[in-house]
Amino acid sequence: MTEILGFWVAAVVLVAASLAVVLTPNLFHAVLWLAVALVATGGVFLLLDSPFLFAVQLLLYAGGVVTIVVFAIMLTERLVGESIRQTSRFVFNGAVLAAAVFVGIMGFLLQAGVVARPAASGDQLRDLGRALVGPFGGPLQLLGVLLVIALLGALYFARAED
Amino acid sequence: MPLTGYLVLAALVFVIGLFGVLTRRNAVGILLGIELMLNAVNINLVAFSRFRADVAGLIFTLFTIAITVAEIAVGLAIVIVIFRVRRTIEADHLDLLRG
Repeated sequence: MTEILGFWVAAVVLVAASLAVVLTPNLFHAVLWLAVALVATGGVFLLLDSPFLFAVQLLLYAGGVVTIVVFAIMLTERLVGESIRQTSRFVFNGAVLAAAVFVGIMGFLLQAGVVARPAASGDQLRDLGRALVGPFGGPLQLLGVLLVIALLGALYFARAED
Repeated sequence: MPLTGYLVLAALVFVIGLFGVLTRRNAVGILLGIELMLNAVNINLVAFSRFRADVAGLIFTLFTIAITVAEIAVGLAIVIVIFRVRRTIEADHLDLLRG
């Protein structure tokens, strides 16, 4: 019962915040709405018995990504005045295409049967840790290399001209 | 809540993000739409992981989160470079590669 109530609260907040991200004319407000949407997604993770991913979501997305997007906006737009306001284009075409994709996905989902939710496993974090150093150890190393490359690349792009 | 509820929610967030990518003029706005779409994918992965009692979905989610952070860092660095060179980040005005 609590899970269903929590799902509806998280779903309403998530969809409303997502709509605000794409519809609000002020780009700075869009980033703040994105933070709300990301926290609501973390709430969905909690409902799915994944408190660890909830913490990762808060730290990396709501903390890290939102901060660097705010920095990018402040570096590329003037915060005062009207320059930060955005007009959208192709709104009708975009809405039609998005609705078509949604109908296509729903077509698949309605064919699927009902899956029973298994009982929560005892120690999810231990399983996660064992899998990360066991069968997924190689990909984890590659992920570290990718992060270093990406951050060095970002640093190289954005460095001061000399 | 059955699995389908989570999948419908993720599909909604995905198409909202797609709408944002298609309609935003600003390059940062387009990146925000991509964030929403990747977020919807994460909801799908975690939901399948929970309902199939398989930890692999959580691992994939961790990987997509980390890769998304790398993607947004490089994307914003490119946006800043473009702004420095062209003094605009309107996607319509970025036509350097047009033949």
